[in-house]
Amino acid sequence: MTDVINTMPGMPRAVPLESETPKPAVDAITGEKHRSEFDVEINGTVGKPLVDNAKMSSRNCDVFYGDKQAIFGVDLDIGNNEIIAMIGPSGCGKSTFLRVLNRMNDTISICRVTGEHTLDGEDIYGKKTDPVLLRARVGMVFQKPNPFPKSIYDNVAYGARLHGLASNRSELDDLVEASLIKAGLFKEVKDDLQKPGTGLSGGQQQRLCIARAIAVDPEVILMDEPTSALDPIATATIEELMDELRSNYTIAIVTHSMQQAARVSQRTAYFHMGKLVEVNDTDKVFTNPEHQLTENYITGRFG
Amino acid sequence: MPTQTILITLIALLIFSYFIGHKRSIAVSSLDKGRRNLHSRPHYYGYMVAIWAGIPALLILMLWSAFNSSIVTSLTVSGLPETIQAESKDTLGLIINEVKNLAVSGQIAEETDAVKRDAAYHYQRLQSISTLAKTVVVFVAALLGMLFAWRLINPELRARNKVETVVRWSMIVCASIAILTTVGIVFSVLFESIRFFESVPPSDFLFGTKWSPQTSIRTDQVGSSGSFGAIPLFVGTLLISAIALIIAVPLGLMSAIYLSEYSSRRVRSFAKPTLEILAGIPTVVYGFFAALTVAPFLRDLGESVGLSVASESALAAGVVMGIMIIPFVSSLSDDVISAVPQAMRDGSYGMGATKSETIRQVVIPAALPGIVGGVLLAASRAIGETMIVVMAAGLSAKLTVNPLEAVTTVTVQIVTLLTGDQEFDSPKTLAAFALGLGLFVITLLLNFVALHIIRKYREQYE
Ligand SMILES: Nc1ncnc2c1ncn2[C@@H]1O[C@H](COP(=O)(O)OP(=O)(O)OP(=O)(O)O)[C@@H](O)[C@H]1O
Ligand SMILES: [Mg+2]
Repeated sequence: MTDVINTMPGMPRAVPLESETPKPAVDAITGEKHRSEFDVEINGTVGKPLVDNAKMSSRNCDVFYGDKQAIFGVDLDIGNNEIIAMIGPSGCGKSTFLRVLNRMNDTISICRVTGEHTLDGEDIYGKKTDPVLLRARVGMVFQKPNPFPKSIYDNVAYGARLHGLASNRSELDDLVEASLIKAGLFKEVKDDLQKPGTGLSGGQQQRLCIARAIAVDPEVILMDEPTSALDPIATATIEELMDELRSNYTIAIVTHSMQQAARVSQRTAYFHMGKLVEVNDTDKVFTNPEHQLTENYITGRFG
Repeated sequence: MPTQTILITLIALLIFSYFIGHKRSIAVSSLDKGRRNLHSRPHYYGYMVAIWAGIPALLILMLWSAFNSSIVTSLTVSGLPETIQAESKDTLGLIINEVKNLAVSGQIAEETDAVKRDAAYHYQRLQSISTLAKTVVVFVAALLGMLFAWRLINPELRARNKVETVVRWSMIVCASIAILTTVGIVFSVLFESIRFFESVPPSDFLFGTKWSPQTSIRTDQVGSSGSFGAIPLFVGTLLISAIALIIAVPLGLMSAIYLSEYSSRRVRSFAKPTLEILAGIPTVVYGFFAALTVAPFLRDLGESVGLSVASESALAAGVVMGIMIIPFVSSLSDDVISAVPQAMRDGSYGMGATKSETIRQVVIPAALPGIVGGVLLAASRAIGETMIVVMAAGLSAKLTVNPLEAVTTVTVQIVTLLTGDQEFDSPKTLAAFALGLGLFVITLLLNFVALHIIRKYREQYE
């Protein structure tokens, strides 16, 4: 269980929302509705963003794309072997924050990240940290399935070959098979391992990408809307899979589906316009949210 | 009226037809809740009338111009006295030419030969009748077409569909012209090659290792038969092309990778066009660069390490050709590499791959079909290149794969065979067609292989 060590971290950086997004005082079309959204100020994060068995933790996280700030002073821990869901309206910075955690933002030249970020207490933005090794420990599954233009086998073996995880062919075979079994794909493809991964259906491709990610045996898996392109059946398969993976991995998942967040996660983080508004046990967020903005979002009043 | 004037007037008439068609469609329709009850928008009726006015008239004009000259000529001939008509074909041709020149020169009255003078007058008269008739027929056709289409217009007429049909057919005609031209060229090369193989056995040509196409004009001269073994030429071509590709493929590919993956936007915006300029330099400039700069440099370099390098060498030509074709490889590869989706790269980075691993194992395989296309384009460019080889690699048809010696290529030999005076049907001239055919077959094979590669990988990579 995750224990609360700090329910209200003092965060003096809170800025009224109006200052970043000048909007007309009264929305010409919808009038009142929009104003109530902006009347609520975000003064730091409510709930319990920090835990005592943190696998990863971020403090004072700011992210800028060029001059534009996308994340404002986020403090968040991701507990060991937990699934944390990140929800929030489109453009609120969920993907951006997720990409902070494995330094994928490094690949965007205009992106700048500040704050302290650690994995098992080690600074992941430190001078000594190699982002390449970090990404082997913190794997990622993307919104759109993106298998490589290679066979199914080579897709799964890709990371293992890069990092030299198997010393001979039969070890590699075993690793590929084990990863495909864990991702729940093995039965469907066991006779077609040499066929191109791009020839699979969308749901199969996404499970292939998950198999590929777990083949390098990462400690944390970041999933950015992994089921947004999938039908309900494929989604269910992946959700079951996440539940099984939880015993060995720590998972952070971005999702637009509140049902999905409720089904798979233990804690839920609500982002709003680059700020972390509320983090709480998933049950609490969906039954009794502390913050007005969270309530508005989960009751479908905006976003 | 001369043809140009007819054309210009016809165009004016077409514009006029468009407007009357447009106007009539509006006139015959009625407004229903602000919309016309026309099947198509009014301008389609305009196009339709213009098409009806234009296409038959243009066809008539084309056919008339095509057959005018031969009909008028044969009429002129039949007007000549019987004795002259009985002359041999060549003589008759000469006479007709004289008559035509006379008619055009406008100095018929000064001609002393009464027969020719009469014939010239006759020719002139026939020509003017023909022109007049042409003008009349073309405009009558145009006006009739216009009137016909104009009268057809009613609100139910499906003018849009008719116009679309005409557009489709004109596309088909254009495509067929391109295809037929290609087929025509291939067949003409093929037939001339067959004529060549009647005097030189194909086995001599295909497997002979000696190329000296000097045939004598009179058969009783010594050394009258040349030898036409094409092997040295094809070996020379392949040698130089191979050297060029060895230079161009790595350099081009590396620069493409640098430009698309590593360079900043500023560097790229300036480096890419600069690289493409290489393709725009006239080959003759490369030629003298190769002959005057690179070849002597290579010779001196060879001397300093104790190698004997010919002053005209395959190496010099190949190296310069390689530089010339770099942009074919780099530009196309750069485009396809940039087109590889970012998601694919992200996937690889997300697995903990480095940049170069990602490029080698994900980006390049995904871009391979396009890269192969670029290399192939470069290869066919290298095989067809002539000027650089003439200037830098020499003309000696030696059978060698030593890049330090002088060699010659198929294209260079075609040029030397066809420049200077010779009979058109001597084996020496016809050999050029056989060489051309050989070259054609090679590029065809190359294309075939490339298509195969592309298809094989495309199945896997999309
Ligand atoms: N590569 C980029 N360059 C510039 N700005 C970016 C870039 N990526 C994201 N942003 C900006 O950062 C903000 C947060 O984007 P982000 O993609 O993190 O949102 P998100 O919460 O994941 O939204 P969604 O739910 O639509 O995926 C947005 O305002 C977006 O415009
Ligand atoms: Mg996103």
